[in-house]
Amino acid sequence: MKFSEAWLREWVNPEITRDELTHQVTMAGLEVDDVDPVAGEFSKVLVGEVVECGPHPDADKLQVTKINIGEDELIDIVCGAKNCRLGLKVAVAVVGAVLPGDFKIKKAKLRGQPSFGMLCSESELGMADSAEGIIELPLDAPIGQCVREYLQLDDVIIDVDLTANRADCLGIAGLAREVAVLNGIEATPVTWNNVDVTIDDQVAINLQAPEACPRYLGRVIKGINQNATTPLWMVEKLRRCGVRSVDAVVDITQYVLLEFGHPMHAFDLTKLEGGIEVRLAEQNEKLTLLDGKEVKLNADTLVIADQSKALAMAGIFGGQDSGVQEGSTDIFLESAFFAPLAIAGRARSYGLHTDASHRYERGVDPVLQATAMERATQLLVEICGGQVGPITEAVSEAHLPKQAKIELRRNKLDRLIGISIDSDRVQKILTQLGCVVSETAEGWSAVAPTYRFDMEIEEDLIEEVARVFGYNNIPNIAPQAALTMPAHNESRLKLSKIRDVLVNREYQEAITYSFVDPDKQLKLHPEADALILPHPISKDMSAMRVSLWTGLLESVSKNQKRQQNRVRLFETGLRFIKDEQAENGIRQQAMLSGVIIGNVNDEHWAIETRAADFFDLKADLEAVLDLAVDDASFEFKAEKHSALHPGQSATIYRNGIKVGYIGTLHPSLKKTFALNGQAIVFEIEVDAILTRQLPQAGDISKFPANNRDLAFVVDDQVNAGKVLKFIEKIGGSQLVSINLFDVYKGLGVEDGKKSLAIGLILQDATRTLEEQEIADSVNSIVEAVSTEFHASLRD
Amino acid sequence: MQHLDEIVANAQQQIENAADTNELEEIRLQYLGKKGLMTEQMKGLGKLPPAEKPAAGQMINQAKQAIQAVLVERKKGMEEAILNEKLASETIDVTLPGRGSKQGNIHPVTRTTERIVEFFSELGFEVKDGPEVEDGYHNFDALNIPPHHPARADHDTFYFNPDLVLRTQTSGVQIRTMEKQEPPVRIISPGRVYRNDYDQTHTPMFHQVEGLMIAENVSFAQLKGILNDFLHNFFEEDLEIRFRPSYFPFTEPSAEVDVKGKNGWLEVLGCGMVHPTVLKSMGVDPEKYSGFAFGMGIERLTMLRYGVNDLRSFFENDLRFLKQFK
Repeated sequence: MKFSEAWLREWVNPEITRDELTHQVTMAGLEVDDVDPVAGEFSKVLVGEVVECGPHPDADKLQVTKINIGEDELIDIVCGAKNCRLGLKVAVAVVGAVLPGDFKIKKAKLRGQPSFGMLCSESELGMADSAEGIIELPLDAPIGQCVREYLQLDDVIIDVDLTANRADCLGIAGLAREVAVLNGIEATPVTWNNVDVTIDDQVAINLQAPEACPRYLGRVIKGINQNATTPLWMVEKLRRCGVRSVDAVVDITQYVLLEFGHPMHAFDLTKLEGGIEVRLAEQNEKLTLLDGKEVKLNADTLVIADQSKALAMAGIFGGQDSGVQEGSTDIFLESAFFAPLAIAGRARSYGLHTDASHRYERGVDPVLQATAMERATQLLVEICGGQVGPITEAVSEAHLPKQAKIELRRNKLDRLIGISIDSDRVQKILTQLGCVVSETAEGWSAVAPTYRFDMEIEEDLIEEVARVFGYNNIPNIAPQAALTMPAHNESRLKLSKIRDVLVNREYQEAITYSFVDPDKQLKLHPEADALILPHPISKDMSAMRVSLWTGLLESVSKNQKRQQNRVRLFETGLRFIKDEQAENGIRQQAMLSGVIIGNVNDEHWAIETRAADFFDLKADLEAVLDLAVDDASFEFKAEKHSALHPGQSATIYRNGIKVGYIGTLHPSLKKTFALNGQAIVFEIEVDAILTRQLPQAGDISKFPANNRDLAFVVDDQVNAGKVLKFIEKIGGSQLVSINLFDVYKGLGVEDGKKSLAIGLILQDATRTLEEQEIADSVNSIVEAVSTEFHASLRD
Repeated sequence: MQHLDEIVANAQQQIENAADTNELEEIRLQYLGKKGLMTEQMKGLGKLPPAEKPAAGQMINQAKQAIQAVLVERKKGMEEAILNEKLASETIDVTLPGRGSKQGNIHPVTRTTERIVEFFSELGFEVKDGPEVEDGYHNFDALNIPPHHPARADHDTFYFNPDLVLRTQTSGVQIRTMEKQEPPVRIISPGRVYRNDYDQTHTPMFHQVEGLMIAENVSFAQLKGILNDFLHNFFEEDLEIRFRPSYFPFTEPSAEVDVKGKNGWLEVLGCGMVHPTVLKSMGVDPEKYSGFAFGMGIERLTMLRYGVNDLRSFFENDLRFLKQFK
């Protein structure tokens, strides 16, 4: 909420500076976002009167004037504003004046006519962004007075960011109450004499939905002056609260809204057919709003209607047909209490947000309606004249909010705040806040004021006490807790350990959005049924990811566009898979994913480089898997994946359960992601790699190890991994190590075959192996492998 | 005995002039070998009268030792020279970069998260996580944000349907944790959160850390104490810190915490005492227990700590940006 400091100080004027004031309210929870001057910096601008005004002899659009600024001589000024006319009171920048933007006023000649100053518009004085003509001051403005002084421009617009619970401060009255409490002084509310009733006209009011509208006040005012203009003081106050002047009647309702935080609405009396009905809308009932848009109402929306139609969306927005228009002279003024729950969310459901809905959905003082009505009436009659009818009040007492009676216990207060605030202080704070406080055996009992409907429970009072006492007057104390040691599970790896492995292998960790381009994702995962955001930021951020590859490949692509051709990225995060079995129908699974592209290493004086391939990435992934003692439980099986090269892809299993994929990106996808080079990717379930067995130490053999190298010739299709697993399985306890050290195809090996050179180490834990035993073991391995894989030993 | 001195002098001269170790060996054989000059001398002892023998023998031995010593010395010198030459030829340019790969880096958001988690873990806070696609109950209702509450509108929520959203805060993890645990609890919960807002200062996804402590007699003064310690630790500076009253539906009293930077106060986190309605949704008796909760934006803290100016750079994954965070 924006408000004028000067207006606030009319209500409450503590002896503190502007800075102290803004700091004080900020520290009371009314955060000041901005403090802006109400006008630019300027000097020597005086109130003047146009005493002569005629056309410029040589320029159609200019007028030649003589201005009285209360000195012996009149001043010649040439003015281009259309509204410049005889008798007008104006703001005159005299020679020597400096206007905002360091604009100095000097003697000048305009098309041959002397001009010793300038008649100013609001924009020229930094009071508005634009203006149609020069400022028209009231006729009683004292000639010669400094305009800054006359308009009280040494004022600021304070923009305070009010939290949802402090609707009571959405008006000057509420802000003044708050400032009074903070300074321990009394506020002085505005006073006026209620206007006497002069006519009998009334409109019947029927509350059909009393739980939504328990109180509705109406009043007829007839014969208002349709030409009345809003006085400058009011225009200025509205402006300084961020409200533009529209016409007198609207301005007055806005003024009361700003003054008391209470929305009002004025209907054109002649448009009403019969009495007022406050009811819920019919489903799809039509209403054309003040902004000209027609809406179809929902049945949960409260409307103000007459006997035949909806007139306005209650507490949100007026209707176009029933509103006060140019030429309206008879009006029906509304001042109502609408229950927050009946208004909350409704404006938003129509894409609306108004000053009224903002207040009603947060709450309005339920006893303020008559005050607001009387104030608006008094201002209306003062400015527009008119005959005033009696106030008609329809009320359902049973549905009006009750003032809360709240118990505040001393021990609860102390326990929650952590220190004991003096009893007198507590009582004084609550009393100043408007509570009716009495002492009880355990503490206090407080009846909250009607405008503090946010106070309902004990904690509300505790917060108020702490807030007014000052959070920063509460000491900092170290929390105390029992030194209970939480469980630590060693067989569960920390994710940071996995990150470290990849970081040590020159990967950068990436964080990509969880929502991706659905088209690109579908190219990678054509069978995936991704969760789609109905209202995304943009289409390319609308599909929840089913793997981390889309985001990572996009990041690769962006980097390559910036001449970073060698990219190594990994990411951990959730993927989102539709799954009936999962909570809310979505399996949200943490994944570790990586991509490399470009050369294996940066160009280096001593290392020959080459394009990274499958086995480079596989080694990095194996380093991660190697963190587990039982890394042999992982298995790579050649299987196809829609996103991967059919001959260079594998599914990763752990103990027979599928946990991830690795492979070269399918060449057809290079274009989709505009990649330069061959990307290799992996993705694996984080849960699968975080669990490991604990090490089980065995005795280290003291006896000699025996190395034997074998070269098996097998069909090219035979997977080396299977051969190794097989040897491991049949090798017996003396076979302590198997190492594939060469894969050879070509000269000396038949076409369609390959030679696998495997080094074996045989060793016994308790004795030295005899030559014959070793030979027997090796022979049995050779025989078994030959049978299983149709292998032969290479000569 | 003049003769012996001459022999030694000659030997010394020859050793001095020897070019390499082979020549030295020849010289050794010439003097000290089985048929060498000194051996000859020893043989000559037999012709002397027995009384002179010991003295003469001793002199010969001394001469032998003298030659031996010079030989050893000379050989050592030669070997050293050879080694030095070899070493000189093996000199490399030690300023050339080493062979092998460099280090990558964790993401700055992860780095900040890990720091924060470490601070609180040391105080016995357990790390908890929760789902990012969240139901209305855990994201709103259980946190005392009923439907139509103005706070819901403030959240710019991504809805899948009226009861399924991308979580707008990590606070839902509090509820999920307490569904399974009894007080006392201390948890910390980092993670991704989402708001439908995208401009220079907002990204539709960002990270928060949520902290919660529930026990008997947990107070606002303690909340102030722990956050004060945290912020000093995080920034490693004796910052000015202020607690400003604020409003969150799930805490009461509530506060926002500002730190004083070069350009005035900067809001860094929100916190408060857990609202009794929220305690009840957790199944905790507000008459017996109290608790505090706090939440902070990780990107914002990272930006302040490392001078990052554009929030969006965190999710662009530009290598040039990421490589700065060593």
